[in-house]
Amino acid sequence: MSRRMTDQDIVDALSRILRILLRDEATVLTPQTTRPDVPGWDSLMYINFIVAVESEFGIKFKLADVESFETVGDIVQQIKALKRWG
Amino acid sequence: MNWLPPPDEFRARLAAIQGSGTARDRLEELSGLANMQLSFLETMQVDAALSKTGQVADSGVDNLRLAVLAGSTIDHLLPSIRVAGLRRGLRIETYAAGYRQYRQELIEPASQLYEFRPDAVLFSLVAKEFIGATPIAASPDEADRLIDATVQDLRGLWKRARDELRTFVIQQSFLDVEVPLFGGLDAVVPAAPARLIARLNAALADAAYEDSVLWLDIARASARDGLDTWFDVVRWLQAKMEIGPPAAMIYGDLVARLIAAARGKSKKCLVLDLDNTLWGGVIGDDGIEGIVLGHDSGVGEAHLALQRYAKTLMDRGVILAVCSRNDPAIVEAAFRDHPEMVLKRSDFAAFAANWNDKVTNLETIADQLNIGLDSLVFVDDNPAERAHVRASLPMVAVPELPADPAHFVRRIAEAGYFEAVSFTREDHERARQYSANKNRASLRNAAGGMDAFLQQLGMSVDFGPVTSLNIARATQLINKTNQFNTTTIRLSESEVAALAAVPGSILLQFRLIDKFGDNGIVSVMIVVPAEGEAGVLDMVIWVMSCRVFGRQLEEEALNIVVEAARRRGARTLRATFKATAKNAVIKDLFAKLGFLHSDTAEKTDASSQWFLMLADYIPRPTRIARNEQAHD
Repeated sequence: MSRRMTDQDIVDALSRILRILLRDEATVLTPQTTRPDVPGWDSLMYINFIVAVESEFGIKFKLADVESFETVGDIVQQIKALKRWG
Repeated sequence: MNWLPPPDEFRARLAAIQGSGTARDRLEELSGLANMQLSFLETMQVDAALSKTGQVADSGVDNLRLAVLAGSTIDHLLPSIRVAGLRRGLRIETYAAGYRQYRQELIEPASQLYEFRPDAVLFSLVAKEFIGATPIAASPDEADRLIDATVQDLRGLWKRARDELRTFVIQQSFLDVEVPLFGGLDAVVPAAPARLIARLNAALADAAYEDSVLWLDIARASARDGLDTWFDVVRWLQAKMEIGPPAAMIYGDLVARLIAAARGKSKKCLVLDLDNTLWGGVIGDDGIEGIVLGHDSGVGEAHLALQRYAKTLMDRGVILAVCSRNDPAIVEAAFRDHPEMVLKRSDFAAFAANWNDKVTNLETIADQLNIGLDSLVFVDDNPAERAHVRASLPMVAVPELPADPAHFVRRIAEAGYFEAVSFTREDHERARQYSANKNRASLRNAAGGMDAFLQQLGMSVDFGPVTSLNIARATQLINKTNQFNTTTIRLSESEVAALAAVPGSILLQFRLIDKFGDNGIVSVMIVVPAEGEAGVLDMVIWVMSCRVFGRQLEEEALNIVVEAARRRGARTLRATFKATAKNAVIKDLFAKLGFLHSDTAEKTDASSQWFLMLADYIPRPTRIARNEQAHD
């Protein structure tokens, strides 16, 4: 995923990853989604999600980033920053 | 995992699987996907599709329940274990004990662990839990005591898992994730973590071998891949993962190949292409003098290294074969005359150098050796041939090879096709026995008449109880034999020992010797008293190596067990035949041996029960002389 993506592209990619991890085709994320909004998105699934996002986007979050993300939008912004898609 | 080909049309194939098809089709397709180099996320997708696929009878895929008892977070590793299982012919169901709850769960018979009823238990532990409290200034004696106490502690856990859960046990080596403390001195200071971990791993590997516990050596694997691939301090701090997600795929494969080996599913035969594989160049064009092999060049050394590696594999029991498009006369001459050739023509138990299609040749090789196609590993430098064989014979393992022959050996070795859980004298001699079998076959052709052939073989059978001297080989035979196997019940060494301890049980091993050599232990029989039925013995297990079918050992072994049963005052020998995809060759065995078919016992297509009345039994004449081993 090296081409420049729009915010919506990134949200869609994150939705796809979470659908695979949660095995739930109904999962749809928006920039406002928080973890408690999504059934089954527990702390282990969150780490698996972060791992999958890092490997799909070819990036590495800092420990503090991972602990401070509140919404999906926060994750999108950090991905853009790390990819320098600013 | 670079011996697996890169994923080809992954998304489309996965979507097609999820569409429709029978469970059997889905399982086959998913096995195909599992045999590609998958990412963490792709592995999870295959695993999810697998979980939605029903059970398939007689698919050649064995079910197995694995409990992982862990000292760190391992839930993220379970999908890769299950997918790797599929790659190695296993349908693995997993259970993960609660994080660091494994002691309580082992002690408490009402725990979920016991409810899960595992077939195998994997101890996936973290060194810190055992050495973390040791002060750096501890004395050599204190360090020794810590090592001893830890080994005793783990042996106790293994014993508990084995005795209470009736499983086989896997112990994983400790990862050394410690930072350097002194530097070089870490190897010497008695309580330096690096030294303690190295000593623990060495002591545990020995204890595990002694206790028939399988040793999963992730320390060695991580040394090869680099610790950073296995251990990511961020994941450790975040989620107490000692084995990080990037190592999940290789970890799963290491677990699965070990279990597959214990279940007799390791590969048995290395089939080698010749041109640009076993030597450089094309012998038909370049001539015997023109091929690149030997000390003159690096490339020549690389092909020589592959030959040496194949020879070493042969010495540990792997059968060698050739499958090459070539002129047979030139090839025979090359093996005879080329001065640098390490492998000799006689090292190959099957030799297909001709102009036939490679798929046809592989089928012929499996047939000649009397082993399944799923026991073959086919090594060929040509990507088109590899793709052709993979597509036509998906059960044959075909490693991806890099363009540079320098990497051939490592690539084949790291795929772990020939993982073993024991090494016996029989293994060492097996390859020679296969080529001796060719001599027997030519005698059969010359001898005219089966009886004359058997007489000329000058056979004798060495037999006796299963003891500590031969239990490793007996267990191996029970778990590896697919064709002459009446029940296909698999047992661990400790389970065999437990049956030997049952009062009135008869455990026999048979070694067949003839004028061409000693075939080693080729048959094992286990007979136990039937519960609540006085005078009745149940034949739980009878296996025989495919190398000696039809040599009257069937009859002589029965003569021997009947005598033993009579000495124990038994009246009836009862046997069960359970049909599998692979044992059709003995479907009429008990009828031929004079057993009566039971009409009253519950009968299914797959299973039948047979009786032999010992009072009526007349020993069957054979051409095999007897030699009973001295009892202890």
